[in-house]
Amino acid sequence: MSSNKLGLDPALVHRARALAAKAGRPVVDMARSHTTVSVERAVLRLSGVTGADPDGIPWVNRLVDAVRNDVGLGHGVALPVFHALAEHGLEPTGAELTLLAQKAAAGSVRFDLPTGKAVTAAKKASRRQVAAGIKLIDRNRADRDKMIKRYGDPKQRPWIYLIVATGDIYEDIPQAQAAARAGADVIAVIRSTGQSLLDYVPEGATREGFAGTYATQENFRLMRAALDESSRELGRYVRLTNYASGLCMPEIATLAGLQRLDMMLNDSMYGILFRDINPIRTFVDQRFSRQIHARAGIIINTGEDNYLTTADAVEAAHTVTVSQLLNEYFAHEAGLADWQLGLGHAFEINPELPESFRLELAHALLARELFPDAPLKWMPPTKHMTGDVFRGNLLDGFFNLVGALTGQGILLVGMMTEAVVTPWLSDRDIALQNVRYVLGAAGNLHEDFVPAPDGFIQRRAHQVLDEAIDLLEKIEDDTLLNAIADGTFGIMKRPAHRGKGLDGVAKHDDGYYNPATEILETPGKEQQ
Amino acid sequence: MKTVIRPYGDTTGDGMTQVSFTLPLPHDKKAEGAALQLAAKMGLEPAMLVHAKQMGDGFTFFVIYGSVRHLVELDKVVVVERDFPLLTAKEVNTVVKQKLRRKLSVVGACIGTDAHTVGIDAILNLKGIAGEKGLEYYRELKVVNLGAQITVPELVAAAKAEKADAVLVSQVVTQRDAHLHNTREMSAAFREALPADKRPLLIVGGPRFDELMTDELGVDRIFGRGTTPREVASYLVHALITNKAERKKAVAA
Repeated sequence: MSSNKLGLDPALVHRARALAAKAGRPVVDMARSHTTVSVERAVLRLSGVTGADPDGIPWVNRLVDAVRNDVGLGHGVALPVFHALAEHGLEPTGAELTLLAQKAAAGSVRFDLPTGKAVTAAKKASRRQVAAGIKLIDRNRADRDKMIKRYGDPKQRPWIYLIVATGDIYEDIPQAQAAARAGADVIAVIRSTGQSLLDYVPEGATREGFAGTYATQENFRLMRAALDESSRELGRYVRLTNYASGLCMPEIATLAGLQRLDMMLNDSMYGILFRDINPIRTFVDQRFSRQIHARAGIIINTGEDNYLTTADAVEAAHTVTVSQLLNEYFAHEAGLADWQLGLGHAFEINPELPESFRLELAHALLARELFPDAPLKWMPPTKHMTGDVFRGNLLDGFFNLVGALTGQGILLVGMMTEAVVTPWLSDRDIALQNVRYVLGAAGNLHEDFVPAPDGFIQRRAHQVLDEAIDLLEKIEDDTLLNAIADGTFGIMKRPAHRGKGLDGVAKHDDGYYNPATEILETPGKEQQ
Repeated sequence: MKTVIRPYGDTTGDGMTQVSFTLPLPHDKKAEGAALQLAAKMGLEPAMLVHAKQMGDGFTFFVIYGSVRHLVELDKVVVVERDFPLLTAKEVNTVVKQKLRRKLSVVGACIGTDAHTVGIDAILNLKGIAGEKGLEYYRELKVVNLGAQITVPELVAAAKAEKADAVLVSQVVTQRDAHLHNTREMSAAFREALPADKRPLLIVGGPRFDELMTDELGVDRIFGRGTTPREVASYLVHALITNKAERKKAVAA
């Protein structure tokens, strides 16, 4: 696909990437020197701590809170927890760790930092236990590869991505299976609105949610099992998507790896901009969750489409490019490969604007050419869907056509009833018919579609890239955290010392230890 | 005057209507008959079944055209007409400056779990919507936009702190009637927290509200789809300044 249809100057593209790396580097350094309650809870989940207290608060939360009360978070929880385990004569297993959490919650355990030989022992025990959790993730990845070999990938690109969102996992399952039968290659179970601001992951199968279904380990397991059934029935591997975002991003990424989810929404800045989550919390959580995704073979989907729902899609086109470049940098740094980068963008230009379709083509093609090996995630119109379902269906058709013309990797199916109702069975059927028609009639049109040299589309793409480079230069001067504070992305102003979840961030003390990070940053050692 | 009208297809009075729906039946003769029976019960007679398509195992989608026998009696139609003059931004600023003699304080938010700020942003943000600038553009309005997922207590506290003359709440998510529950909770909290004369004007907006439900929801005004910032600003001036002055005059007389 790296055909250079836009005549982009390779030196300029190189410069854009170098600037993104420069802008992102200080954020990575910050992420490497901090931890969060959710990162530490993810470590405990990898160690096999499961379940929740009678109020539904997970034992990982109770345990991290107890450790934090006694010795703070700056050394990580692994050392104090595994030290306490040994002191109390418990075995380093998931079950006994959960028991320790219960004792700690009841106030019968006090945590201390080990010293001397006890440090080595606690490190060794925690590393062994976390390695067992990561081994489960490795096994899931191997299972996925096997199933893809057996059942095959979708026959066409883009993969067709459909959302289900009833709030009730037992209602979602038949809907997801019906959607797969109707042609969906990827099923996304949208989360209950508000989950991103919960500082714990709910437990068990859930039947109540608002505009979505809670992300829980059990819900993940149930849906993946149902889609395995569908994969067998349909003879193609049906992928499952959820959301590693919000305050529990590292834990949800971990649960996704443990339950063989295939794609996760995982944007480096979305939580900051659209959920007012503290920037430092987000970047620290983000890095850990991406390391897990990298290990689990999960494809991430980034959220640049969201910028265009708040800012103007033409004026702010370059902020999408900048964010894609930053997301790419952060993803590579965390160990993700290009095939795992579902970088986002969207068809959100006001259709009343003259040449709106050509502008969309220019923007979509720019993303394609800048990231030739990434399976770009192409998002349908939402902002200019008015409730006129007939016009909406036409707009979705043009959206699908841009997807085909620019070789997008993942196509989120647009609903003509966007902004009207949560999709009906018939809305989904009509939407899929729309996709099938466009892909059937013009799926390979990208072979013939070459924009005229120095024509409208080329010039527009060059302009957006130039603006992106200007902005990256400014960000580099000003630092990324300040740029976010100033409202550079999606117009939202988010200073680094504000936002939700800041109290769950801690700077590493000397001797901080996180066995998961250690294993994830030296791949090969633990891999089979 | 009694005016009776019917839907218009291509001839006055033909009553032509188009509907589509799904029945939980596989597609066969019986399903088509069932669709036509439903159409007849909806008042479509004669009805033409123009399209039927099975979806999945047990569902069929139908498109039906037909003449509806129901009549619309225009004199019985009840709507909320705009009962205030539409002002320009300049006029709004002038009235506030001359009559209120201080900035008019507006606090806006999306409450509950609703994270869709599209509506409140369109009304409040400088950028506005459809070429019309939002309330932040009005020099004499002091606007605080709290953003998304604000709890009701947070909103009440912010309204008190800002000495809000008006509180604007946007609600997009309607699953399980969340927009109605949230609005009732909000208006009840303001009633509890503040005496009637200190309470800000309560305004809700969103695409799925019924504009006639103000009393039921305990708010002063509901704005539906397609509302512009200018309409909201004009209403604020009308309800908080012009109308208040007139009412006072009437009481004095």
